[in-house]
Amino acid sequence: MSSPTETADASAATGAGDGREIPGWTPYRAWFRDQWAQGGAVAWGTALGHLFVGLVAFALVVGFDVGSLPIGGSLVWFVYLSLTVVVLYAATAPPAEPYVAWLDDRWMESDTDKLLIILGHVVAVFFLFAVALGLPFNGLAGALGSVFFFTAVYAMMVLALNLHWGYAGIFNIGIAGFMAVGVYVMAILSTPVDAGPTGVPGLGLPLPIGILGGVVAAAVVGLVAALPALRLRADYFAIVTVALSEIIRLSLNSRVLQEFTVAGVTTGTGGATGKTMPGNPIRLLFYESFDPGAGPALLGSVLFPVFEGLRVQLIPPNSFLVGVVPLPAFTLDLAVEPPVIVNWAYVAVLVGAVALFYVLLVRTGNSPFGRVLKAIREDEVVAKSLGKDTNRFKIVAFMFGCGLMGLGGILWQGSQGFANPNAFRPIITFYIWVALIIGGAGSNTGSVLGGALFAGLIWEGPVYVRRVVTNYVELGGTPGTFPAAVGPFVEGEVLPFLAYMLGNISALRFVLVGVILVALMQTRPEGLLGHRKEEAAAIPLGRPTERAGGEGGTPRPTRSRTGATARRG
Amino acid sequence: MGISETYTRGRELAVERPFVLVVAAVLALLGFDVVRQLATPGGLSTARLATYLWDGLVVGLSIGLAGVGLSMTYSILNFANFGHGDYVTSGAFAGWAVTWLFAGAGQFDLSTLLFIGSLSTTDLGVSILSTPLAIVVGLVVAAAAAIVLSLAIDRVVYRPMRDQEGIALLIASIGVALALRYTIYIVFGQRTRGLTDAQSVPELALPVGGGQTLAIGGHEVTLVVVAATLMLGVHLLLQTTKLGKAMRAMADNEDLARVTGIPTERVVRFTWIIGGGLAGAGGFLIALERGAMNFQFGWVLLLLIFAAVILGGIGSIYGAMFGGVTMGLAQNLSLVWIPSEFSTVAAFGVMIFVLLFKPEGLFSGVTTA
Amino acid sequence: MSADAEPTADDAEDTAEVAAAAQGARDAAGHPLVVQDLRKTFGGITAVDGASFSVEEGSLTGLIGPNGAGKSTTFNCITGVHTPTSGSVTFRGNDITGMAPHQIARQGLVRTFQIARELPDMTVLENMMLAPQGQSGERLSHAILPGLRDGVVAEEEELLERAWQQLEFFEIDHLAEEYAGNLSGGQRKLLEMARALMTDPSMVLLDEPLAGVNPTLEEKLLDRIHELRERGNTFLFVEHDMDVIMDNCEHVIVMHQGRVLAEGTPEQVTSDERVVEAYLGGDV
Repeated sequence: MSSPTETADASAATGAGDGREIPGWTPYRAWFRDQWAQGGAVAWGTALGHLFVGLVAFALVVGFDVGSLPIGGSLVWFVYLSLTVVVLYAATAPPAEPYVAWLDDRWMESDTDKLLIILGHVVAVFFLFAVALGLPFNGLAGALGSVFFFTAVYAMMVLALNLHWGYAGIFNIGIAGFMAVGVYVMAILSTPVDAGPTGVPGLGLPLPIGILGGVVAAAVVGLVAALPALRLRADYFAIVTVALSEIIRLSLNSRVLQEFTVAGVTTGTGGATGKTMPGNPIRLLFYESFDPGAGPALLGSVLFPVFEGLRVQLIPPNSFLVGVVPLPAFTLDLAVEPPVIVNWAYVAVLVGAVALFYVLLVRTGNSPFGRVLKAIREDEVVAKSLGKDTNRFKIVAFMFGCGLMGLGGILWQGSQGFANPNAFRPIITFYIWVALIIGGAGSNTGSVLGGALFAGLIWEGPVYVRRVVTNYVELGGTPGTFPAAVGPFVEGEVLPFLAYMLGNISALRFVLVGVILVALMQTRPEGLLGHRKEEAAAIPLGRPTERAGGEGGTPRPTRSRTGATARRG
Repeated sequence: MGISETYTRGRELAVERPFVLVVAAVLALLGFDVVRQLATPGGLSTARLATYLWDGLVVGLSIGLAGVGLSMTYSILNFANFGHGDYVTSGAFAGWAVTWLFAGAGQFDLSTLLFIGSLSTTDLGVSILSTPLAIVVGLVVAAAAAIVLSLAIDRVVYRPMRDQEGIALLIASIGVALALRYTIYIVFGQRTRGLTDAQSVPELALPVGGGQTLAIGGHEVTLVVVAATLMLGVHLLLQTTKLGKAMRAMADNEDLARVTGIPTERVVRFTWIIGGGLAGAGGFLIALERGAMNFQFGWVLLLLIFAAVILGGIGSIYGAMFGGVTMGLAQNLSLVWIPSEFSTVAAFGVMIFVLLFKPEGLFSGVTTA
Repeated sequence: MSADAEPTADDAEDTAEVAAAAQGARDAAGHPLVVQDLRKTFGGITAVDGASFSVEEGSLTGLIGPNGAGKSTTFNCITGVHTPTSGSVTFRGNDITGMAPHQIARQGLVRTFQIARELPDMTVLENMMLAPQGQSGERLSHAILPGLRDGVVAEEEELLERAWQQLEFFEIDHLAEEYAGNLSGGQRKLLEMARALMTDPSMVLLDEPLAGVNPTLEEKLLDRIHELRERGNTFLFVEHDMDVIMDNCEHVIVMHQGRVLAEGTPEQVTSDERVVEAYLGGDV
């Protein structure tokens, strides 16, 4: 029942405290708070009543047929749209208040709660999308599979980046390059020697060796970059890393390395056309081979029929209520198609990988090693004066992070059967940075949350918004040019503009990413969970004898509220 | 004291010698190879070498021109502006739009000229000789648009963040870059836009000996002349005016500058005006020379611009120019030995190589802006 | 001692030579730190011009001099921040001239900073736990691999115990879980000294430990230093405030214009005319 309130969260947050006084709103709000404070049936009755009245009002407004409005797609339509928003807001904002308060409470509880809240909301939003689009369950499962795939891969990459930036203060904007090294080395090592007429041959080594090779290669490239470059200033170092990543991409792109023979072994990068990746072994759990038409293997033969048969006929055709009232036939369709199942199986593997990354990096951070990294970030001279060979720590941390980036790249770009150098443009590096900054540099949990928010709401979300809008609004033809979209807008016609913007939603998404970055840096540079107290030690730091009663000091003035209270747990 | 001073200088030289030695050795080797290739019948022709050199100079100057602005904002505002490349693009698009409007006024309507993209460059025949006025107006508008844009962005984005660290500003500038680039995409689309008509560009044939000639494009000459003039102007501005002195003082030590009563906000504003103006003008000139542009050409160029600025040492306008020309020459001369796919790789390689030996850049300490 | 051995020597070269000759003998007699003919130039400016001195085992030795006397540069040359132009620094028989700061710290010669350099975004305890040398958990493999991490955890428990003891000794244990950046100036100085002692140093170099500390904390700090000295720690105490040195140190080295001007007990030094002229005269 919480789903209708989801969308109101944002509006409730912005609506509260902006000082705009709408007559009657404040007493109405106060009345609702009183009702809620009484608890029990009164509270829930009021809240649910609100949602119900809201839904009815919404249905009434929607009941006006858009097409029958005098000027279709005009400003009148815009007014109507605003009216709908107002109705929704009035119905959901008061009940959203206790909901948000409850969320706030849960948020402070633990990291797991934070993750559940974020993921829960992402799922709820996509559930709403699916309902709005009338997608079958299979469609929702597919959409969520994709969202979770991106959540997982971004979480991995952000975790690795957090080691560099959040812990050691190393400004690496060459992530794409390290990913590319991991992916391509893995592919070269593990592609069969006989790659068919179109493919580029590889060394034909087993996949685990290929993956290990890719990870090691990424770490070694990290070493090569770090050895000389770590004595540079942070921003110079950044430029060197991005230049390196471009050198790697351009080399992969070149015809020279497309196919070459070294010491009698022929292999290559495939050049600009890309390279076929070794098959994803997860597929072999379900199918007998990598061929598109392969028959199902063990797991597939068991699971596919089970999931395809998930249709429950709740109301069979030609049924009557109490033998009199005719009922519409209704089937609860939970069927899931094989490709979606295979995709989810891989997502499960990725979730395991995220967990592995998380454990590794939490251990790295919460150890004497992480403590030295943190000290280097704070003041390298102090670390040196305490006998720490800071260069060694920086190089080891950088290599470790690069290796993880290579692994993340393999699990991401290397798992799709095909990769080309375009996938490793610098822009991908900046996406990972955006996700890190959303989550908050310095926090491993924040890294995962940042990955989830970026993948779900910024990456996949806008596409679904377009689908939903085009599903409900008869937009007419999309204007071919910008003036053709803006011209009518000035004259009161909204739809062409809307259609044009939705047609350009992928570009609009970049603008959104940019605006979010600027807004975050201006208002909340520490991100969702940055700067909080994650003590760098292998054990909880308290007074050994009376650890539980350790008297906490006053929080840092700059620390966020979440940070200050995170210590309670 | 004389002895110890000589000793110190000797010591310092000894520290730097590996770099000087390595560079000298590498350059000598490459030079020798060029001579060898020139001497080989059927090998490298003089004309080709001259073309590489000339192209390198042209590309280098354009990178340098854009780089001067980046270097100035870098040293005065203390952050690496990743949005600079998109200022370049914005300026180029603004200049292009005005040039085409000017050249095509009366023949085509606005939408056909700028947005539909069906018009071919031959329909307008824009070039420095056939439509000089349109191009001059375009150049001015390109600079003006980039100035207005950079001031507006400074007001909205960077001014509220003045007290934050360079890295925070850098990250915000990545956001600005993304938003700008894709706004241009939304407005003008992703098509490559032609600016000049390749047919109507005048070309100069310069004899280079052996009956061979070096073809020099009129737009290349335009770029070189305008770039050199602009850089000279910036040099004079910084060296002779009070504003220039204030800028240099602020690049040196901002707090001190503030205490001594230099109006820092005003200096910042002028920095954006000069930096943005050069970026816009540079963008238009590059588009003029190349004949075309698209929404991300400034971003693609940005890495080279950064490489040039860092190579020269941040804060030095001579460094930016020198770095730009080095990048351009490295990119083009590398064609003597390696395929063109690797020319950018070569340029980046040169930058990394130099930073290994001179971590602060070549002209560091010679702050001129 | 050398200070009264050549009270009227005009030629500084002689001073250096005599002092250098004296060092050899002292080294054996329990002088862990020996600085010989140290010289450091920056471009054309000579900051340290042939300074020689040594520090006796278990002593609290003061290094003083007016501003610009070369104290800080000497200090930085000893701790590895600067590489001396010539001369040598020997610590416990090892030549540490030109070693990196972390290598020198590992030898047991640890410094504090003039302006306290706490690690602001780390808690006081984290600051303390950072310091101990040779922690096995500083190796990435030990930090992350299941079997090896158990050893790290055991070690951490031991270190934590020690950190608490040290904090209690410096009476800042009530701040243990505070961010170091929230401490007052004086508390930071205490933290810094406590942190330096966590490295288990055989000698501590204190760079103006009392600068910017209020009188109450100053007393506390000096009490701690004396107590630690009685336990056998060796201190070299750099200070430009003459009174503090005279009241607390048993041996004083006076630097002036990059050289050692005089050396001896506080009484000897204060009665030295050149010191009065170079230092006190200018100071008052």
